[in-house]
Amino acid sequence: MNHPTDLYYSKSHEWVKFLDEKTALIGLTDYAQDALGDLVFVNLPEAGDEVTAGEAFSDVESVKAVSDVFSPVSGVVAEVNEELLDAPERMNEDPYGAWLIKVENITEKEELMEADAYIRFYESEE
Amino acid sequence: MKLIFERGMEGQRCTILPDCDVPEICLDVPGRGLPLRLPHVSENEISRHYTELAGQVHGVNNGFYPLGSCTMKYNPKVNEEAAALPGFTDIHPLQPEDTVQGCMKVLDAAKQMLLEITGMDDMTMQPAAGAHGEFTGLLLIKAYHDSRGDKKRTKIIVPDSAHGTNPASAAMAGFEVVNIPSGEDGCVDLEKLREAAGEDTAGLMLTNPNTVGLFDKNILAITSIVHEAGGLAYYDGANLNAVMGIARPGDMGFDVMHINLHKTFSTPHGGGGPGSGPVGCKAFLKEFLPGLQPAKSEAGYTFTAPRRSVGRVKMFYGNFLVVVKALTYLLVLGREGVRDASRNAVLNANYMMRKLQDIYPMAYPETCMHEFVMCLENMKHDADVTAMDVAKALLDYGIHPPTMYFPLIVHEALMVEPTETESRETLDEAIRAFREIYDCAKKDALRLHEAPVHAYIRRPDEVQAARKPVLRYFFPDAVRNPAQ
Repeated sequence: MNHPTDLYYSKSHEWVKFLDEKTALIGLTDYAQDALGDLVFVNLPEAGDEVTAGEAFSDVESVKAVSDVFSPVSGVVAEVNEELLDAPERMNEDPYGAWLIKVENITEKEELMEADAYIRFYESEE
Repeated sequence: MKLIFERGMEGQRCTILPDCDVPEICLDVPGRGLPLRLPHVSENEISRHYTELAGQVHGVNNGFYPLGSCTMKYNPKVNEEAAALPGFTDIHPLQPEDTVQGCMKVLDAAKQMLLEITGMDDMTMQPAAGAHGEFTGLLLIKAYHDSRGDKKRTKIIVPDSAHGTNPASAAMAGFEVVNIPSGEDGCVDLEKLREAAGEDTAGLMLTNPNTVGLFDKNILAITSIVHEAGGLAYYDGANLNAVMGIARPGDMGFDVMHINLHKTFSTPHGGGGPGSGPVGCKAFLKEFLPGLQPAKSEAGYTFTAPRRSVGRVKMFYGNFLVVVKALTYLLVLGREGVRDASRNAVLNANYMMRKLQDIYPMAYPETCMHEFVMCLENMKHDADVTAMDVAKALLDYGIHPPTMYFPLIVHEALMVEPTETESRETLDEAIRAFREIYDCAKKDALRLHEAPVHAYIRRPDEVQAARKPVLRYFFPDAVRNPAQ
């Protein structure tokens, strides 16, 4: 399983890529997409919506179940990756390319982990 | 198999329908460019078509159906016989009350028995199914708070092991859903509940026994935490089959609940419905009940509307014939029989669980109620055989798979609910099947990846079906123009 070292990770299995201090891309980790299985549907917010650290901003559906996706940061949605609406399988194929939303004006963030710590975290959860 | 449109030919017809005795008129439907393509088939062909369709499905009449949380018990044929009596079928909902006194008595008699089983004070038969009942019950909760001018109660607390319908119904009824995590033991975490309950709490939704098949021993504490916060407690009757005649939601502190007649009281479901989801409530909520209630007086039954009713949630009196079937079931079982049904449902579940627990780890190994949940994470890890593979392999044994991947708090879950209507022989056969599948997983996992090999439909591509569903039939000679 692949977990790039230039990203930060949340306990609810999202990755965060900071583009600058106040802007970041958010997606599902390789571990999350593997555990969820083949994704067949995604609900995304709209640009301009506010997201809050620790609260759900999206849900993804696999053939097993629907799961919430939580935001690791508080801020405003600058952009959503609309490609995923028609091709949710991108989150399985390329979890770190398939960002869900871009958040700007970040005011707050959860306690995030680096790749090593994240791997230790989910291994201890198993 | 052929579709009905691919059978028969122009000019074929059947004699089953009587001659038309009213003038035929042509409906001028705007936008319709072509005449409707209705199938032209003989009675013989129709009969074969449906027989072939029936051969593709698995029902309780075909074999064991341990679909957890769904209570797929056998539906006695005497229920059907009662529901087919002309006095029940040849009536109209707008008939004068004095001509349908018997039917009104059925509604009232069924209600009285269900009130006794649930410990509620009043009930509506209107809701058509479980989730519809949840929605109706939540409307009662809302109406109650509104009637007191208590407008700040906007949240419904739902544990993370709940049926998906609970949060969905709460959202439909306009509430915000607060999810609370279950404790290590699979039951409600009292501390988390205390943290979540407050002056914005409209209510809590709970099943007991819960979705992992355990009776929550803290149930009285749970309902009183909710009550102390000013909220109401809603009982999801999905798992009532474990406790009927033994423990009553009304005594556990619940204020409002639904019953699935189509689960617990042996009326058909799972494609064979319709369902029925009566909603019961304590006396202080009865004035909000929907629809018309049969009330008994010296002159007989009359329909009356509750004073501050939330309004109708379905036409007329609900799925009346389903109530006839449920009443028949109750009358056949009698007071002791109802209790025995629950006892045997619990006994059957524990029997299967104990006979399988040495090879299939149980998510919660203590004595279960009417169902149990196994966790196949080790099997997935060691043999690359998933809960899905085991479920598919069971099809080759003529067994309907258990509920898969639910509840969400258990990974690689299979949830087994044998019900009380299966014999020990059937349970033993199923246990043998589970054990053979386990052996196969150790020796030949590949074979399980290919299962089922004997079922009518082998392994549909669920991912492709979800991503690119084909929902429309095109006649071979049709022009593929979506505008038509």
